[in-house]
Amino acid sequence: MSKYLLNKFLYTVDRDPSLVERYRADPRELVTWWEESLSNALLNCPTPEASTWQRLTDEERSALIEHDHCKLFELGAHPFLTLTLFIAMFERDNTEPLEYQKAFGARMAHFSLPYPDIAT
Amino acid sequence: MASIVAVIASTHHPFYYRASTSTGEDRPPFADEWVRKITAFRETLTRANPDVLVMVGSDHFHQLWLDNMPQFLVGKAPFYDANWYNEEREFGLPRMLLKGQEDLSAHILRAGLDAGFDLAFSNELRIDHSVTCPIITLRPEADLPIVPIYTNIFAPPLPQPSRFVALGSAIRKIVEEWPSHLRVAIIGTGHLSLELGGPRQFGPHGPDPEFDRKAVEWIASGDLDSCLREVSLESLHAPGNATHGFMDFMLMMGVAGPGAKADYVDNLDLFHTMEAYFTWYPNGVPA
Repeated sequence: MSKYLLNKFLYTVDRDPSLVERYRADPRELVTWWEESLSNALLNCPTPEASTWQRLTDEERSALIEHDHCKLFELGAHPFLTLTLFIAMFERDNTEPLEYQKAFGARMAHFSLPYPDIAT
Repeated sequence: MASIVAVIASTHHPFYYRASTSTGEDRPPFADEWVRKITAFRETLTRANPDVLVMVGSDHFHQLWLDNMPQFLVGKAPFYDANWYNEEREFGLPRMLLKGQEDLSAHILRAGLDAGFDLAFSNELRIDHSVTCPIITLRPEADLPIVPIYTNIFAPPLPQPSRFVALGSAIRKIVEEWPSHLRVAIIGTGHLSLELGGPRQFGPHGPDPEFDRKAVEWIASGDLDSCLREVSLESLHAPGNATHGFMDFMLMMGVAGPGAKADYVDNLDLFHTMEAYFTWYPNGVPA
């Protein structure tokens, strides 16, 4: 389990407009690129000081590639990060206000309390 | 010594700016009532005539991140840039620049550390909508210097609710002991029941109206005993997965003091969340 790394993916993609577009258009390309080039970056440090051990599990990688926000929730990704990034990618297709946000919630109707633990 | 001329606790809703500034077909049906309520709430700060604003909020994974996460952090900088690309993108929030009050920041840090709160600090802090929403609603001129104080209500493990209350009590005392003639308002924002990124999000009202009713009663009456008895880190999952933001209200109850009845109480049952607005005047209602 690497909840922290899932969150790091969501966080670093969400704050970069070009990565948001790449993740929407070609999630496999973006996730593969991200894992190779950003997953080990220490965000506040120069590039040579990167970590050496960060790696997504196969299940986590698949959930990201498939844009499967229900699976991300199940895996304990931070719901605020997931929601924010997915709104950035898909709200633009709304035909009425909050359409995507409501559908996002409806797709999660099978979850009940207690929700998956998000502690990292 | 400084005087605390107002204590204000509020929800912060990032949709307010866009709702209140939109016109014609873009203006949502609830906007006019919301603007009326905010305008009345704003007057409770204006009439206190503050010189400085202490702003309690919580960074939403903008600058503070899981590789280095403080529980309580005080900004100490001459200026604070404000709002982030993803808040511009999702909420239409404007970029802002606020002045800092570094003397009060330094005083809060020193006195807070000496009182047993190991406060983190930041000399270059870009603040987010947890602070700018109440600036937009309560002081849209954005002309007063601020001291931002961030709490972690977001990334577990979180401090206990009682710790938020204790920090609020300490901030009250520390600001009152600041050797200054300035008039200080302490403003904090959080949430009532709220769900984000889960099955109960964006419903017709907040995810737990019964919790909201009780929470408004606790805050309005200063009933810290009942609030602390019923609220725990575990219990806050039940009303909605983002309800730990209620602990910022508890911090503000600590600032107001046990048993302190709010001088101004209002709320608005909005889709997906209840908005709530409280003002206390520690030195009496201004004329």
